[in-house]
Amino acid sequence: MRAPGDKSGLKAGDTLLAVENVSLTFGGVKAISEVSFDIRKGEIRAIIGPNGAGKTSMLNVVNGFYHPQHGRITYKGQTRARMKPYQAASQGIARTFQNVALFRGMSTLDNIMVGRTLKMHRGLFWQMLRFGPAMAEEIEHRRVVEDIIDFLQIEAIRKVPVGKLPYGLQKRVELGRALAMEPELLLLDEPMAGMNLEEKEDMCRYILDLNNQFGTTIALIEHDMGVVMDLSDRVVVLEYGHKIADGTPDVVKADAKVIDAYLGIERGVSGPSQESEAT
Amino acid sequence: MFYREAGQFKQSYAADQAIFPIRQDRIGLAVILLIAFVGIPLFGNEFLLASVMVPFLILALGAIGLNLLTGYAGLLSLGTAGFMGVGAYAAYKLSTIFPEVNILVWILCSGFFAAAVGAVFGLPSSRIKGFYLAVATLAAQFFLQWCFVRWSWLYNDNASGAIEVPARTLFGIAITGPSATPVTRYLVVLTIVVVMTLIASNIVHGRIGRSWMAVRDMDIAAQLMGIRLLPVKLLAFAVSSFYCGVAGALMVFLWLGAAEPAAFDINLSFVLLFMVIIGGLGSLIGSFFGAALIHILPIAIRMLPDALGLSIGAATVEHLTFMIVGALIIFFLVVEPHGLARLWQIGKQKLRVWPFPY
Ligand SMILES: Nc1ncnc2c1ncn2[C@@H]1O[C@H](COP(=O)(O)OP(=O)(O)O)[C@@H](O)[C@H]1O
Ligand SMILES: [Mg+2]
Repeated sequence: MRAPGDKSGLKAGDTLLAVENVSLTFGGVKAISEVSFDIRKGEIRAIIGPNGAGKTSMLNVVNGFYHPQHGRITYKGQTRARMKPYQAASQGIARTFQNVALFRGMSTLDNIMVGRTLKMHRGLFWQMLRFGPAMAEEIEHRRVVEDIIDFLQIEAIRKVPVGKLPYGLQKRVELGRALAMEPELLLLDEPMAGMNLEEKEDMCRYILDLNNQFGTTIALIEHDMGVVMDLSDRVVVLEYGHKIADGTPDVVKADAKVIDAYLGIERGVSGPSQESEAT
Repeated sequence: MFYREAGQFKQSYAADQAIFPIRQDRIGLAVILLIAFVGIPLFGNEFLLASVMVPFLILALGAIGLNLLTGYAGLLSLGTAGFMGVGAYAAYKLSTIFPEVNILVWILCSGFFAAAVGAVFGLPSSRIKGFYLAVATLAAQFFLQWCFVRWSWLYNDNASGAIEVPARTLFGIAITGPSATPVTRYLVVLTIVVVMTLIASNIVHGRIGRSWMAVRDMDIAAQLMGIRLLPVKLLAFAVSSFYCGVAGALMVFLWLGAAEPAAFDINLSFVLLFMVIIGGLGSLIGSFFGAALIHILPIAIRMLPDALGLSIGAATVEHLTFMIVGALIIFFLVVEPHGLARLWQIGKQKLRVWPFPY
């Protein structure tokens, strides 16, 4: 698979995305209050917190679905004005959804091919002919997509309509579709939710491989504390829309507020986190 | 066991990206084209050509147009007949203003007028979808039909309010007007429909078709792939209306010979929508199945009593036809809500594993 095109010229460790004092309200509900954090190029940044903490809303702010009432977002050194999701896509931000958002009527192959849309340029005329340059372009991108299919080990379901796939595979196809965009920043919203242990392990491996081999920067929302502690370089913790902790997994794990708000709950229920940490 | 891809290994992505990757499908298509281009003109009688095949092909083309919009891009439209009318009136005006230019050029050009009008009436799709969009396109239908009635310039101030097709030739052979033979008209329509179906198939299998389906299936995720909704939807309206426009022009010039505004009323929109739904949303071959079921089947049923030597009154036959076709439509929709195209797929799947059940 190809490494994402590095158009920004940022080095690993430079700030890729900075979120400053962002607040977002829906009617009266405050989903995010005054949250600041940054994501550095090449890292895996976990965002954790209980349900309703505002994690998904935060990703929606980053890729332009929601527009925060206050605060600034700086991406690749540019403080951005109000922007649309398709603009975020063209700037190299890709994303998977908490509830799978695949194109249900299309095959695995076509779903992932849609991820190449921005990189395909032949217009209506050539598309009508599906010949010469149009076919060459189609095949060039099919090759990239086949590499992704290879990487995710989904060769057998290439031609299957995604609506017929089990949930775990759908999540994998959705990751493939995001990868097809060759993103610089990959936002994963609970990529392992509802998966069995084996599927989770596979998914962890894909995430680590992406990060190690291709240097893809990843923001990861995940509930499984074992996974979070293993995978991530740094963790930001949200609760009721506020940031309550930020730092390396070890620091966050030891934070009293975090233990109260989050880990404490799990420990109370006999610590499934311990169990998954062992895997 | 006869229909299977075992042993047909694709050596390249080009072969795998082909529209008919399975050999038997390609052979089947070749046979159908041979029958259509050689068999039917040679052996078909005037009735088969002029009253069965020409209308069937033209309606199928209109159904393809609607299917591109509704089946592929997920945008429900009730303005199909209006857009067909734009094509018909545009071709009529162009051919009477510039009679020296070949009529086929004008028939194809009329598609661009329909495309422009379709794109304008597609603008509301930036804000609304589903039934609300259907209502907006219904407004287009009524507005356009009003234009066809009131705007007398469109029909060259004919006292009858209708447009009458001038006689035109291609290489000295009459293709429109009273002296055009059914065989000529059939071959002209067939050629246009085959070429335009091929083009539609190319479009839906490429980047643009995938963008349409992405917008149809999950517009939020489509945006995230960098797809801008409005341009994609407007393109769907334009391409769809182009097809409808050409179908409308063909309808007047090569099928009816003359048309009143009522030819493009809301009924025609519904008939095409039936064809698309029964044939299969998002399936080009389904558009042909749908057109066949709705246009050819009633003709076949009407001919049945005579063929069997029964003497039933014409009116009774007419009623029976309505009832049988209606019952069949409901039957097909209950058996397979995804249309005849899906039944076709299932049938092929069965053939593949035949004689085993799995
Ligand atoms: N589109 C929306 N309209 C109204 N409220 C919303 C919307 N999206 C999120 N919220 C609210 O924002 C809060 C945070 O939600 P969310 O970001 O989904 O949390 P998390 O992903 O951390 O579970 C919740 O209280 C939720 O009800
Ligand atoms: Mg969430």
